[in-house]
Amino acid sequence: MIALVDYGAGNLTSVRKALSAIGASVWTPSVPGELGRAHGIVVPGVGHFDATRRLSDDWRTAIKTMADDGVPLLGICVGLQWLFEGSEEAPDVRGLGTFAGQCALLCPRPTSQDPRPLKVPHVGWNSLHLPRSSRLLAGVKEGTQVYFTHSYAAPVIDDTVAICEYGVPFSAAVERANIAAVQFHPEKSGDAGIRILGNWIHAAV
Amino acid sequence: MPLSKRIIACLDVRDGKVVKGVNFEGLRDAGDPATLARRYNVDGIDEIVILDVTATVEARQARAHTIAAVAREIFLPLAVGGGIRSEADAAAAIEAGADKVSLNTAALERPDLISTLAKKYGSQAVIVAIDAKKQGPSYKVFARSGQSAANRDAVEWARQATDRGAGEILLTSIDRDGTKAGFECDLTAAVSDAVNIPVIASGGAGTFEHFAEVFTSGHADAALAASIFHFNEKSVSELKQFLAEHGIPVRK
Repeated sequence: MIALVDYGAGNLTSVRKALSAIGASVWTPSVPGELGRAHGIVVPGVGHFDATRRLSDDWRTAIKTMADDGVPLLGICVGLQWLFEGSEEAPDVRGLGTFAGQCALLCPRPTSQDPRPLKVPHVGWNSLHLPRSSRLLAGVKEGTQVYFTHSYAAPVIDDTVAICEYGVPFSAAVERANIAAVQFHPEKSGDAGIRILGNWIHAAV
Repeated sequence: MPLSKRIIACLDVRDGKVVKGVNFEGLRDAGDPATLARRYNVDGIDEIVILDVTATVEARQARAHTIAAVAREIFLPLAVGGGIRSEADAAAAIEAGADKVSLNTAALERPDLISTLAKKYGSQAVIVAIDAKKQGPSYKVFARSGQSAANRDAVEWARQATDRGAGEILLTSIDRDGTKAGFECDLTAAVSDAVNIPVIASGGAGTFEHFAEVFTSGHADAALAASIFHFNEKSVSELKQFLAEHGIPVRK
């Protein structure tokens, strides 16, 4: 059973549909205590970092306890950002701090190829650079394109397993032991995204 | 590789069927939106827009059925427009599997709806569609599928929509729509340069060169077409190969 944490950050239909399509049983726990029976936990999210404020201390403790016990945890988009220490999008809201660093507004610089400044949000298909192998991205080729839609991004750290570049390089995917997260939307990234979700589910069930 | 330019297929749906004619070989029911979406997915489309032109109150349930059927077939971004007039319409579309809703007339009549939906679902879920027609030196906005003049300048309206929280602009040239004479690059560039959110160009796609033009001189971030793909005149994969050969970044 995969717990899909709903903290009111937009639309969970696509994530639920994609997880179900690869054979996972998905439910949305209504209280933190329900997380105890999860074989894997997904923290999704689109929109504003401020929405993670609704993940109260009870939820934080429950998610952290499960992750410390080795239960696979996957953060998606804002869910990835929440696993870092925080974001300048909502400076008074703490992230879980599993990964080191603060998320910052993308600030793409004009390049010699395109002197017009790049647009923010970063919307669309961009490619992954894979600095090292990971379980999450097993079988995913260097340069694979996945679908992003975000304005803030996490820095590249030791746990980064995929880097995307949009004016600046940022963490497209991070992984440490049983905890993984992606800035892009695997549920919207065609076959590559389904493979990535499948890799994660494989660890969870 | 920089961010890819997106190729978006538009399914114009009425009463659950794709209109504007469809002529794919080997499809038993080529007017079925889900069948067509599956075909486009295999061919490498980057995103799908369902434009439901039924747009009556009773249509909400039928629209949800179409959205769900398409969403089951693809794991790609899916936008829905046409008849999204209220929060309830948007909620129904999103609940059925849409990732984005596209507002047109409703946004002109009630600009607050843009910010309401952006706050609820995030800006990435809110497209503001602008239908524009050239009048004198500038471009004017038209509402109700191009039927009535909205007395607004297209560039100014795009700016306002962005300030209210729109995440993307879907910009259609009424003059070019259906002509296959090429996208209106001047209009697209004017809007794209005025806002810092992605602009999807629409109206006029006829050849591969038209796409290359709108991505270069039109400064478009994405381009949308309907009949050019439906009639199997052009395949998405061949279009992308052409664009890549011309130095335009596309998703492979």
